[in-house]
Amino acid sequence: MSGLTKKIVALAGVSAFVAGNAVAAELTVVSWGGAYTKSQVEAYHKPWMAQSGHSIISEDYGGGIAEIKAQVESGNVTWDVVDVELSDAIRACDEGLLEEIDHSSLPAAPDGTPAVDDFLPGTLHDCAVANIVWSSVYVYDSSKVRNWNAPKTMADFFNTDAYPGKRGMRKSPKVTMEFALIADGVPVSEVYDVLGTEEGIERAFAKLDTIKDDVIWWEAGAQPPQLLADGEVIFTTAWNGRVFNAVAAEDQSFEMVWDGQIYDLDLWVIPKGSKNVEAALDFVRFSTATEQLANQASWISYGPARASSVPLIGTYHDNPAIKMADHMPTAPGNFANALQNDFEFWADNQDDLNERFNAWLAQ
Amino acid sequence: MDAAQPITAADGTPLKKKLAQAMFRSKLRATGLVVPLLAFVLASFVFPIIALMWQGVYNDTFERLMPNLTEELRVWDGVSEPTEDMYAMLVADLRQNRADKTIGKVASRVNQELAGTRSLFTSTARKAKKLEPPYKESVIKTKKKWGELKVWQAMKLTNQSLTPGFYATSLDAVQTVDQGFVMKEDKRQIYTKLFVRTLMISGSVMLLCLLLGYPVAYLLATLPLRYSNLLMIMVLLPFWTSLLVRTTAWIAILQSQGVVNDLLVWIGITGDDSRFSLIYNMTGTIIAMTHILLPFMILPLYSVMKTIPPSYMRAARSLGATPTRAFIKVYMPQTVPGIGAGGLLVFILAIGYYITPALVGGQDGQLISNMIAYHMQKSLNWSLAAALGGLLLGGVLVLYWAYDRIIGIDNMKLG
Amino acid sequence: MLDGTNPFVRFRNVQKSYDGETLVVKNLNLDIEAGEFVTMLGPSGSGKTTCLMMLAGFETATHGEIELGGRPINNIPPHKRGIGMVFQNYALFPHMTVSENLSFPLKVRGMSAGDIQDKVTRALDMVQMRVFGDRKPAQLSGGQQQRIALARALVFEPELVLMDEPLGALDKQLREHMQYEIKHIHENLGVTVVYVTHDQSEALTMSNRIAVFDDGVIQQLDDPVTLYEKPENSFVAQFIGENNTLTGTIESLTGNVAKVKLEAGDSVKALAVNTDGKGSRTSLSIRPERCVVSPKKVAGLGMLKGRIEELIYLGDHIRCRMNVAGNDEFIVKVPNTADQLGLEIGAESYVGWQTDDCRALDFKQV
Repeated sequence: MSGLTKKIVALAGVSAFVAGNAVAAELTVVSWGGAYTKSQVEAYHKPWMAQSGHSIISEDYGGGIAEIKAQVESGNVTWDVVDVELSDAIRACDEGLLEEIDHSSLPAAPDGTPAVDDFLPGTLHDCAVANIVWSSVYVYDSSKVRNWNAPKTMADFFNTDAYPGKRGMRKSPKVTMEFALIADGVPVSEVYDVLGTEEGIERAFAKLDTIKDDVIWWEAGAQPPQLLADGEVIFTTAWNGRVFNAVAAEDQSFEMVWDGQIYDLDLWVIPKGSKNVEAALDFVRFSTATEQLANQASWISYGPARASSVPLIGTYHDNPAIKMADHMPTAPGNFANALQNDFEFWADNQDDLNERFNAWLAQ
Repeated sequence: MDAAQPITAADGTPLKKKLAQAMFRSKLRATGLVVPLLAFVLASFVFPIIALMWQGVYNDTFERLMPNLTEELRVWDGVSEPTEDMYAMLVADLRQNRADKTIGKVASRVNQELAGTRSLFTSTARKAKKLEPPYKESVIKTKKKWGELKVWQAMKLTNQSLTPGFYATSLDAVQTVDQGFVMKEDKRQIYTKLFVRTLMISGSVMLLCLLLGYPVAYLLATLPLRYSNLLMIMVLLPFWTSLLVRTTAWIAILQSQGVVNDLLVWIGITGDDSRFSLIYNMTGTIIAMTHILLPFMILPLYSVMKTIPPSYMRAARSLGATPTRAFIKVYMPQTVPGIGAGGLLVFILAIGYYITPALVGGQDGQLISNMIAYHMQKSLNWSLAAALGGLLLGGVLVLYWAYDRIIGIDNMKLG
Repeated sequence: MLDGTNPFVRFRNVQKSYDGETLVVKNLNLDIEAGEFVTMLGPSGSGKTTCLMMLAGFETATHGEIELGGRPINNIPPHKRGIGMVFQNYALFPHMTVSENLSFPLKVRGMSAGDIQDKVTRALDMVQMRVFGDRKPAQLSGGQQQRIALARALVFEPELVLMDEPLGALDKQLREHMQYEIKHIHENLGVTVVYVTHDQSEALTMSNRIAVFDDGVIQQLDDPVTLYEKPENSFVAQFIGENNTLTGTIESLTGNVAKVKLEAGDSVKALAVNTDGKGSRTSLSIRPERCVVSPKKVAGLGMLKGRIEELIYLGDHIRCRMNVAGNDEFIVKVPNTADQLGLEIGAESYVGWQTDDCRALDFKQV
């Protein structure tokens, strides 16, 4: 997939170069790979290259700010635009690793609404501009005949009596701890209050203890659909866009359980000292315009970060029967019991909870 | 000859001095030949390692970025109520860090000592410009937590640039202002357990490699050349395949719907719903690592066995020893240098492995190096990574020393 | 133990092939009496070592029987044959001391520590190596290692000891010294020894009987004197000691005296030992020390004209290379006596010998 993507991008780059732009820049855009990067290439990279005459090299990474930090601190910045999670964006910005992005320069909505009002609340930050809303959910394979009723709630995920078998979960306390509390009966509105106390942490670990022996831990986003397709697990937590892609593009009969979903943002950031800051800013402005965000949604089921994009969401790019709006984390039918990831909580507690989570795993 | 009289050369200079003069030129030339490599090794290996190890005991983030507060914290006893001066200096430093965009670094550093303080620093820094004296009151008004003694104690600890704190953390202990070092409660202990597990898994991998590799090396050394060449290619095959490809292949083979389990179900050894867990656990780590490290055991063994002429075994048998006895008493003792070299090589490589355990280790197949990688790449706590790495390096050196004492490093034969 | 009629070691119709295509040993028959010192002598690849290995049990005979003390041993593994063996590279176990090496065969036989101590000490005394008991083999010289290897092969008192070129790695002086030592030990112990070497002087020095091997076949089996004085074929004549060869065709046969017409034209008389009769080609073998050089013919000797090509003074004799009947490698050892002739390079002279000393053997192109 990513090899093909690179070829397409390179080809487009060559044609742009041939078009004869004397000051063509070569931008390195880094994202999470797989179906997600492909959606960005189709909706952002290609039209931007055609319009600006610049070219893009697309690279994959596994998240985190270690590489950005290493590049900035060594003064050898080779990444120009990076797709990061919210807590990482905040932290990197606090540590002075990122360029600031002027919100007033972002394109307004087609109806003239300024960008700062058009973007969903909490999606614009000093150094980062969100492009999508994604969500962690859990999934099962409906094609596998089993003698149980279809699971409906987060509590079902933790119910090993009614649903015996292995479960896939991300090897990280983030999302995992929240899921445990939701399954244990904590209302989504109180999850972070509870998790902020020692008793709450104990409670989450106690709930996780009940399924610990049945969990296969995954680390890369591409793993969970694979684990499920291989029959290694009966349930797995996953990122909703990856699951959608497996269903729409690979004909898997995966079903998502939206109850207790935890949604988060992916944002564009520009590492401080990028050699192509102007082009990078131009790319960020272009790709977060209403039309591009809506276009991306026809490639993968992640919700656009702008209100004005929502009415423009169409159908899946090669299957008009699939209405993308229905598959967004924010679709009314899916959003009933949803929790937004609290970046500040995680910025504060990530180190400590990671350590406790690892200690718990090692026991 | 008089023993006290130094021997002299024909021109009367002492012979030793004369010899040194004569040798000087050749020594100079020899040094000249070695210098480029030495410089390269120093620059690319020794200095980076020393620099990293230094980070394990020295972290001046706080002292450097919070210079005013540092002065105050030095004289503070760590238990009495923080003074207005301390709050004033805090505000001054927060303002400066906000302006320099370095507040995140300070916040990260204190957060390593006391969880939940990152936002305390970042949010108060945002408001620091508008704070008015008396600072103690106005700071605590922004966040109640500023009034808590443990926040100040954490700062006093981070203020100490040269610190044993990271090594303490690596051994599951906490440094406190008033009680010295305290072990963490059992369920929060992780690194000591991982160190023990790392040694155990590495030891198991080493033993398995020895058990599996010894017969293969023996065959390699004794088969006729045309067969042994073929076998050698098969032994080296893993070297020509990417580590990730090999590890992924093991996933396909060992997973519960994988080849091995399918076979076992088909034979009837296990039922379809009680398949064995061979991967994503310690078993998976041991199997995959044994496979990957096997050549490192076989090659030193082979090179030693190759030099043992068949006449030793023949001699032993002509002297009346059964083939088994001849093998154990005569052949095996002569392969000890190979066993030592292969074992040490495999063990040291295994201790540092992290990609394979990360992919197939699940929760109980992780090694200490996975934690080091985690702190290098994810949590960005390089000081802790350095301390963990330092302990690991120390452990390896101790093992190396023990090996030298027991078997003798001169006896080691790598090929 | 032996009933006199049965030999101690017997090879009967033994054949050996490694690859199924060629025979390394072709139909070997050999009897060795108890207490004998028999040497298998031959060039490398002649099959002698293979025979020794079959006897030791490290190689199996492809065909035929090997008997030891009247018992067939084809199916007995090496460690049950009770045969002592000395290897070319000594094969002393490098991780054991000299004493441990010597006690190894005794330990595997389950002897008591006291007995072992006694026997080891005695064996070390036998080779005058008592003080070296605590050393490792690597700390000994080649000759010392050789003695230990010998002691180890003898310490468990085997009736048969095999030696595979045991002196090959030693320098000449030490080798000669060790030859006598081994010979004396053999005489003192009365043990049977089968010895393999490619060095004919070593074989001549030590053996009761020598089996000369070539091409997988024993060419001649005899005591050293017979072997040297009366070689039965050209190979043995050339392999043992120094030898002059002249080739020709048999013109006539009278009793065991043949008249041979040499290729150069002259005719000489020779003792017919191994020929195909009148009209067949033959190689004549004459030992250099049995020839005389004389300016004129001597009565009673077969004489040929020759030219002196080279003279080498060797003290006790003068080595004289001549061109005789087309062979310019014809060597004559002229004794260094008082009536020394004035030999001169380039001088024409006669060379002669007794008819009995000129043996007509199977034809072999030089």
